[in-house]
Amino acid sequence: MSLHFPTKVVETDILVVGGGMAGCGAVFEAKYWCRGKCKVTLVEKANLEKSGAVGMGLSATNLGVFTTDPDDPKPEEFVQYVRNDLLGVVREDLVYDIARHMTSTIKLFDMWGLPLWRDPKTGKYLRTGRWQHPIHGESYKAIIAEPCKKSADEVYERVFVTHPLLDEERPNRIAGVVGFGVRDGTFYVFKAKAVIVAAGGTSLLYRPRSVGEGLGRAWYPTWANGSAYAIPLLAGAETVNFEFRLVVVRFKDAYGPVGFPYLLLKMRSTDSKGQQWEPLPDEAKAQLSKIFYDYAWARPTPTPIRTWVTIQNLKEGRGPDLMQTQERLPDEESLKVLFEDYLDMTPTQALYWASQNIHPQKQPSELVPTEPYLQGSHGSSAGMWASGPPDIAPEEYRWGPNRMLTVEGLFGAGDTVGASGHKFSSGSFTEGRIAGKSAVRYVLGPAKDYKPVVSNDTIERYKEIVYRPMEWYHKNKPLTTTPEMPPQLTNWFEVHPNYLNWYQLLVRLQKIMDEYVAGWGMFYTTNMYMLGRAWELLKMLEEDFRFAAAASLHELLRVWETYHRLIVGQAVTFSMMNRKESRGYYLNADYPYIDEDNWHVFTHVRRDPKTGQWSFRTSPVIHIIPP
Amino acid sequence: MPTFVYASLCKGCGKCVDICPADNMQYNPKLRKAYNADPASCAECLNCVKYCPEHAVDVRPYADFAPLGARVGVVRDTKKNIIYWRIVFRDGTVYDFASPIRTTPWGSAKGATDFPERQDLDSELLALEDNPEFLGFPELPKPKQPVRIVGSIIKAKQQGSK
Repeated sequence: MSLHFPTKVVETDILVVGGGMAGCGAVFEAKYWCRGKCKVTLVEKANLEKSGAVGMGLSATNLGVFTTDPDDPKPEEFVQYVRNDLLGVVREDLVYDIARHMTSTIKLFDMWGLPLWRDPKTGKYLRTGRWQHPIHGESYKAIIAEPCKKSADEVYERVFVTHPLLDEERPNRIAGVVGFGVRDGTFYVFKAKAVIVAAGGTSLLYRPRSVGEGLGRAWYPTWANGSAYAIPLLAGAETVNFEFRLVVVRFKDAYGPVGFPYLLLKMRSTDSKGQQWEPLPDEAKAQLSKIFYDYAWARPTPTPIRTWVTIQNLKEGRGPDLMQTQERLPDEESLKVLFEDYLDMTPTQALYWASQNIHPQKQPSELVPTEPYLQGSHGSSAGMWASGPPDIAPEEYRWGPNRMLTVEGLFGAGDTVGASGHKFSSGSFTEGRIAGKSAVRYVLGPAKDYKPVVSNDTIERYKEIVYRPMEWYHKNKPLTTTPEMPPQLTNWFEVHPNYLNWYQLLVRLQKIMDEYVAGWGMFYTTNMYMLGRAWELLKMLEEDFRFAAAASLHELLRVWETYHRLIVGQAVTFSMMNRKESRGYYLNADYPYIDEDNWHVFTHVRRDPKTGQWSFRTSPVIHIIPP
Repeated sequence: MPTFVYASLCKGCGKCVDICPADNMQYNPKLRKAYNADPASCAECLNCVKYCPEHAVDVRPYADFAPLGARVGVVRDTKKNIIYWRIVFRDGTVYDFASPIRTTPWGSAKGATDFPERQDLDSELLALEDNPEFLGFPELPKPKQPVRIVGSIIKAKQQGSK
C-alpha cells in the first residue's frame, strides 16, 4: 500500500467540527448571520444524513418550547429542574440561555418537516412530562441535515479530525485542525479564524456490559468517541466536572430508554421482591436524604439518585429492578405506542423482546445501570468549560464570546459544553445556534484581521503522526507468519511483538477504566489507590500508542478514535483523583459523602499542549436563579 | 455480527457503505458486494437495513443476549414518507407497525440564506427570533429576579428560611 497520500489545505472563516445536532445548528445559524461576509465549513466523519447520536432516530425532542403561554414552562423553572437533577452543580446561565431560545428551534424543526405529535383539539405540540415533545423521529437527523447542507459553504463528509492546530505566533489561540479522509486517505488541513467543536461525547470508554459479539451494544452510539473533549483538551482547553460521568438506568442488554414508559405510559418499576422504587416512595426518600441531603426530596428525583437506587438494589441482592410494563399496556394501541417508540430510536429493544419472547403486555422487563459515558448533553455535567451569554452570565463566567472555551477562537456546543446537561438533541441544536452566532460576531469583530499562522513543518509533522500507525503496520507485518487479513477486517487476536491494533488498545483502555475508575465491574466504586494505579497504567497505554498499528484506513480511524477516548479517560481519572468527594454516579470509598460545605465547586482539568502535563483547579458555583 | 448482507441479493450499489455512521459497512472488491467489516463497532442502528434498495441487508441481534429466531422487516418509504416495520417473535407472534417520518417533501427544507437578512448581529436574538411566534416571548427573557448565591444552594435555602 502506498502511503503517499495527498494533502489538501482548506481555508475558512468558521469551521464546525462534527455534523450532529449541535453541528447542524451551528452551521445554520452561522450562515444566517454570515451571508456574503464569511465562509462556513463543516467537517463530519460520517454521512450527515444519519450521523451523530440522533443518527438512528429519536422518539422525542427532549427539550421543547418555552413561551409566555401559562401551559408552557418558563426558563427559570427549567434551571431549577436541571440544578436539582445535577445535585446543585450547574452553570445556570448556560441552561437558561438554551431554554430561552428553544421555541425557535422547535418551530424550525416543525417547518422543515419533523412530525411532532399534536393535540388534535388545540393543535399544540403534545408533551410527555414537563419538557419534551413526542415525535415520529426515524428521520429526525435526515430532516435536520437537509437545511444544514444547504446552509454550509462547504461540507466535508467522511473526514475524521484527529488534532487541533494551535497558532504559532499567539499563545493559546486555535488556528484550525487536521484530519484525514476515511475513504481516500487525503490529509486535510483546515485553517480557520474560529473553530466550533460540536463533536460527540464518549461511549465505549468503559467496558460495556456485553463483551463478546455485542461489544458495541451500548446506550450511546459506538461512533461517539469523545472527540468533543479530546480535540479541545489537546488544544489546552479546560474541562468541567469530568468526574461526573453519566450512568443511566436502561432496559437490560438492549439499553432501550426508560423515560417514555415512565412519563407517557406512567409505568412504575420495582425490585425483584416487588417493592416500588420509581416513583420513589417517601420512606425511601427519607433514608436517602441521609446521603443526598435535600436532593433526595427534589421533584422529580434526581437522576443520579435514581441510578444509585438501582445499583444498590443489585448490590444488595434485591435486583434487578423491573419495569412493570404489563400494568400499563391495557390494549393494542398502548402496546403499539411502546413498540413504535423503540423502533424509532433503539430498534434493538424491540428485537430483544422478540428474540427472548418477552411480551411487554404480559410480563415485566429487567432494568440495569449502564457502563459510564462522558457527555454533556444528557443527565450529567461533564464537558468543557465555556464562556457564558454576555447579558446574563456572572462576570466570572465571561472571558470571551458566548460558548468560547478557554482557548481563544475555540468554541463548543452540544456534548462539548459541560455543566449544562439536559440539552438532548433539540437543546444541542440550539446551543449550536448560539455558538454559531457568537462565532460570527467574533469573526467579523475582534478576529476580523486574524490570519492563522501554521508552518509547513508543523503540517508535515502532523501528517507523519497521523499516518504512523499504517506505516508501522506495513513495516512490521512481515516479521511474523500470521496471514494478512482481508483489507478492512481487524485481526482482533493477532499476536505481534511490535504492535497493537485498535481493538487491543481499546480493550486495555476499557479494562483500566472499568476496574480502577469506577466502572460497572466494580459496582461504580473506586478509591484513591485505584485511581493512582489507573493513572500509571493510562500513562503506559499512552506510550504504547507509539506501537499502534492500522492495516487500513478503517483501522486508522479506529486507532485515532481510541486515542481520543484515552485522552478523555485521562481527564476523568485526573479529575476524580483531585475530587475528594463522591458526587454523581460513582462512589469514592475514601470520600463517600457529599461535602456540601466545602465542595460546592466546579472542577477543572487542563492538559498543557506543550508539555503534556495535567493540572487541576476548582472554581465557585454561582447561582443566578433564586432557590 | 449484528447486520450482514445476503450474497444473492446485494447488487453492490454501496448505499449501506455510504450511510453507515460507524464506517462498518465496507465494499468487498472481489465479490463486488458490501459486508459488515466491523461487527464489534456496530450499534445496530439499522440504517444500512433501511437504506438498502434490494433489502439485502438484514440484522441478527447480538449473540451475547439474543436467542435465534426473531426477525425484523423494515421498509423506509421516502415517497409516502412512512416507515413500515414487521417484528416476528421467536415464538411466531407477528406485529406490524407503520409511522410517518416526515411532513414535508424531501429537498424542501429552507437553508439559512433562504430567510430574509437581519442586521442585529450584536443582540442575543437568533435567526427568526425577531418574529414573536418564533421567540415565544414579547422580548428575549432574562432572569426576573436574578440573585447571586455562591456555593451551596441548599445552605442558601436553609439560611433564607431561618
